[in-house]
Amino acid sequence: MSLRQQVLTLWLAEGALDTGVVGWAFHDGTAGRGPGLPDGDPPYATGLAALEAGWILFQVPPPPAVVPGDEYATGYLTNEFVFERRIELAD
Amino acid sequence: MSEEPAGSPLDPRRAPGCATLAAPGIEPRNGRKLPAMPASDHLLTTREMARFVAEGYLRFDALVPEDIGRGVLEELPSLERAKLRQFLGKDPEAPPFALPESRMPLSRCYRDAPALGAYLRLPAVQGIIASLVGPDPLYDHDFVHHLPAGSRHEQHLHMDAVVDSTDPTFDIQLFYFPSEVRPGEGGTRFVPGSHLRRVRAEGIGRYQHVLGEQQYAGPAGTVLVFHHGMWHAGQPNPGPDRWMHKIRLNPVVPQVRLWNQDDFAGLHGDASDHVFATVTPGSVAERLRKMQPWQQGHEARYELMQRTRLWRHLSGDPGFDVDYYHTRLEGRARTLEAPGR
Repeated sequence: MSLRQQVLTLWLAEGALDTGVVGWAFHDGTAGRGPGLPDGDPPYATGLAALEAGWILFQVPPPPAVVPGDEYATGYLTNEFVFERRIELAD
Repeated sequence: MSEEPAGSPLDPRRAPGCATLAAPGIEPRNGRKLPAMPASDHLLTTREMARFVAEGYLRFDALVPEDIGRGVLEELPSLERAKLRQFLGKDPEAPPFALPESRMPLSRCYRDAPALGAYLRLPAVQGIIASLVGPDPLYDHDFVHHLPAGSRHEQHLHMDAVVDSTDPTFDIQLFYFPSEVRPGEGGTRFVPGSHLRRVRAEGIGRYQHVLGEQQYAGPAGTVLVFHHGMWHAGQPNPGPDRWMHKIRLNPVVPQVRLWNQDDFAGLHGDASDHVFATVTPGSVAERLRKMQPWQQGHEARYELMQRTRLWRHLSGDPGFDVDYYHTRLEGRARTLEAPGR
């Protein structure tokens, strides 16, 4: 048996884990031999729904910095939550 | 496109190359009948400009007549070979092609490509360009985006060029598809409403999917006009050869009220348009409030502030506001300058 990692990044509407998914990315260390994502755009409605599906949360974003002079700027999607699943594969 | 009135340049029923189809007027808040869209001088209307500010792009289905499109399809391979020869040192036998130079007025470009010139000289295209960046803007660069049939090349999401300055000026990029692009067959993917985000070009490649993103599909002759900050990416092409000409244009005049002004007074509004106080149905403010699916929650407030800032610049009205965010802060700051303080 060998262990492989799947990584799911969810960008949420706000900083709370139970807010809606607005962006996502999936990287599959099993190269398709493990389980995929559920059908749907997005695959999970919220970050909490991913937890309930068995994903392990390992990164929570810090609150957005309030930089003087730049308080109202928009840039990258701010609420980036990263999850993983570890999949055992038969050798 | 369904929200646009019949006859608008944004209406897919619009005739190729023509921006003057008759259409019913619209009723603004003061009840004054506004002129039919689009404007008879081929310029964009205030409503269309507000949409551009909110979404970062405009789409004109089947705008370029098919005979021009056929000519463009004959010219693009030569332009592509000339570009690749210069870019990659490939194809030394490529026929000579008078590539436009950056900073050249658009009117002087494409001496060796009469069909490309004809497309860019169409009154409707000239009107779109003049409304956004002024008449005869500067050529920045162009590129031929050719996806051969069966191409599996897929770009990460990106925006073009480098991190922007903080001022509200902008370039436009015209994406012209001379042939029909069917759904999933190599149309450009893009994220409406992403144009005002200050990001590095490659920093957004991590977003594989964004809620509400689109992949272009449409009839031959369609032109997409993007604010230069729009997030986008090339996609695989399981269909036939797909050709697209992209050109970036720089303004040389202040981008202030360059569009048709007939509907401006009725739609522009002022700083009292505040969703937590009183709103004006049909106003520019109402259009700017309409967010994309990925712009949810409190984040939408910051997005709205950025759109408002751009509309202030375009309208030449530094007192314009939507939902009072700027006005509240500016009013309080003025008390610091009050006499006797």
